[in-house]
Amino acid sequence: MDLQIALLLGQDGITNGAIYALLALALVLVFAVTRVIFIPQGEFVAFGALTLAGLQAGRLPGTIWLLLALGVVISVIEASRAVRERQFRRIPMILLVNCGVPLLLAGALFALSPAALPLPLQVLLALLVVVPLGPMIYRLAYQPIAEASVLALLIVSVAVHVTLIGLGLLFFGAEGSRTKSFTDVSFAVGDTLLQGQTVLVVVASLVLIVALYFFFERTIYGKALRATAMNRTGARLMGISGSLAGMLSFTLAAAIGAFSGILISPITTIYYDSGFLIGLKGFVGAIIGGLASYPVAAAGAILVGLLEAFSSFWASAFKEVIVFTSIIPVLVWRSLKTRHVEEE
Amino acid sequence: MKINNSLVGLLALAVTGFASTATADINVGVTLSATGPAASLGIPEKNTFALMPTTIAGQKINYILLDDASDTTTAVKNTRKLIAEDKVDVIIGSTITPNSLAMIDVVAEAGTPMIAMAASARIIDPMDGKRAWVYKTPQNDAQMATAIVEHMNNTNIKTVAYIGFADAYGEGWWNEFAKIAEARNIKIVGNERFNRSDTSVTGQALKILAAKPDAVLIGAAGTPAALPQKSLKEKGYKGVMYQTHGVANADFLRICGKDCEGTFLPAGPVLVAVQLPDSNPVKDVALDYVNKYEGAYGKGSVSTFGAHAWDAGKLLANAIPAALKEAQPGTPEFRKALRDSLEATTNLTGAHGVFNMSAQDHLGFDQRSRVMVEIVDGNWLLVK
Repeated sequence: MDLQIALLLGQDGITNGAIYALLALALVLVFAVTRVIFIPQGEFVAFGALTLAGLQAGRLPGTIWLLLALGVVISVIEASRAVRERQFRRIPMILLVNCGVPLLLAGALFALSPAALPLPLQVLLALLVVVPLGPMIYRLAYQPIAEASVLALLIVSVAVHVTLIGLGLLFFGAEGSRTKSFTDVSFAVGDTLLQGQTVLVVVASLVLIVALYFFFERTIYGKALRATAMNRTGARLMGISGSLAGMLSFTLAAAIGAFSGILISPITTIYYDSGFLIGLKGFVGAIIGGLASYPVAAAGAILVGLLEAFSSFWASAFKEVIVFTSIIPVLVWRSLKTRHVEEE
Repeated sequence: MKINNSLVGLLALAVTGFASTATADINVGVTLSATGPAASLGIPEKNTFALMPTTIAGQKINYILLDDASDTTTAVKNTRKLIAEDKVDVIIGSTITPNSLAMIDVVAEAGTPMIAMAASARIIDPMDGKRAWVYKTPQNDAQMATAIVEHMNNTNIKTVAYIGFADAYGEGWWNEFAKIAEARNIKIVGNERFNRSDTSVTGQALKILAAKPDAVLIGAAGTPAALPQKSLKEKGYKGVMYQTHGVANADFLRICGKDCEGTFLPAGPVLVAVQLPDSNPVKDVALDYVNKYEGAYGKGSVSTFGAHAWDAGKLLANAIPAALKEAQPGTPEFRKALRDSLEATTNLTGAHGVFNMSAQDHLGFDQRSRVMVEIVDGNWLLVK
């Protein structure tokens, strides 16, 4: 193994690690705010990538039907509640947000022939289709049991994950897709070639992480999320709605997931079920951060990426074993370091 | 007397009822992997069953299709259900090797013949009391590996690196290929693994590049097999690439694009049915299947995997008439007769080759069951 190989492996590890880091951040965010271990995080990666691939191939992505269906279900639930509470004035708004907007989007997809659009618009459309699924899933699956135990929420997560995987197979088929490269630029560094796309992944991840930092530090919604994460009851007493915080964190998680998927889909083939393993590696990073610390989770995820790259060189058959076994020393170390606190 | 009359009527009804079950339809139980990791193989198989004949030798055939989600436990459960509840006369399935291996005990215990659509030779070898009930239609890996090694010998390739799935498919190919390559004086300079769902194989590609092999064999199935090939090309590998017959579908060409130009692979003749010489006996049957499938599901939709199911249907259609002479469907005697009749299959042309079964060989393919194919301009081209 010479320096050049080490550099290439490092580059590969950091590229993958950047994606894992984004997912780890999303997982920590969702867990801190809602106590949900968001197993379906990876599905958003696959949905984002495959929706974009579908748009580029000139197909109507199946995710739009899911969006419409969830919108209708939520409208029915919300509207019947409004009727029960005799607040008829709320109904038009409910219908507009949950049914009207998805319908408008579907109409736009029909009318625009997305395959001919420039790439940034395609990405925007794909995000518009996939990201609202996050808060909708929260509204349907998690909000009604928001006060349940972590274990119950975890079980719901597993159910949502399995459902979304099945829908993914239905929407996108068993075979994978790649999307068009964002850029064909490549840089010569020494005698190796650095692909523009991999640089883009790292840069975009960094930008997103910085943007998240400012969101949490500088905006009122970010501060509300942080307050909820620190003390749910206290935040509610201060007038921060728990369900709004949940919706917001799921929106962010869905956006991060879908965007990660769109970032890596030109580098690798994404399948309807690829997301799970990618999400799981982000989860390993999040565990290293104890599901609480953002910087440690991000660093842990980069470490997972590097570990993966180097172990695929030395012992490719045992790559996954090495990556997932690394969680054991971390857990031992954490359990020795922290005193166990009974859940409230 | 009136009561007696109605009694007689009832008796008659009962007798005809019995008679109609005695000349019952033939029930074919199918378990395949239409969802889960092997879905890209299972879906064309499932589609193929819709094209199969609904009557054979004047008997109505019922196909009972179950999905095992590429899961071994579910495949076994499906098999038990088909045998116990649907009283099937024969089982077709499953799509993948682990499932098919697990089903052997169940069908042998119930005395029901089974035709597997999975590739591994271990399904029918070594032949024993249980495997006597088991047949399969896909070519053995060893046959395909021999074709690759022969091609390497002919094109003067001396060193080869292998990269395959970290599962039964990749491991099976490694065992067969390593054995045959050593025997034919080809030096293996690398042996790497990757996972179906991996997003990067840079590490493995760099290690293979460092070993400087004349050729690389990728032992993987479906579109994931494109990943190592793309990585190797991207890192500047200039040698010859070989794939296995597991990639033989249109999606692989779509994903791999120009990085797969000039790749060689062994495949069932159905992949290049149109290009086969007229003298090839397989051509007519293969073309017939391709036309039927594309007629139903659209141009370019056909894959070699569905043809394994088609061949299973061919075997049945060939074996059922003789079995019907021995016993009535729905009885253990019929299942035994069907098993014997399958074993007696001679010179039956399928879409993948010519079957000549024997008590020791429950596949019965010869070298007519494989061709070498090169990817040229994004299409499969028969290597003459």
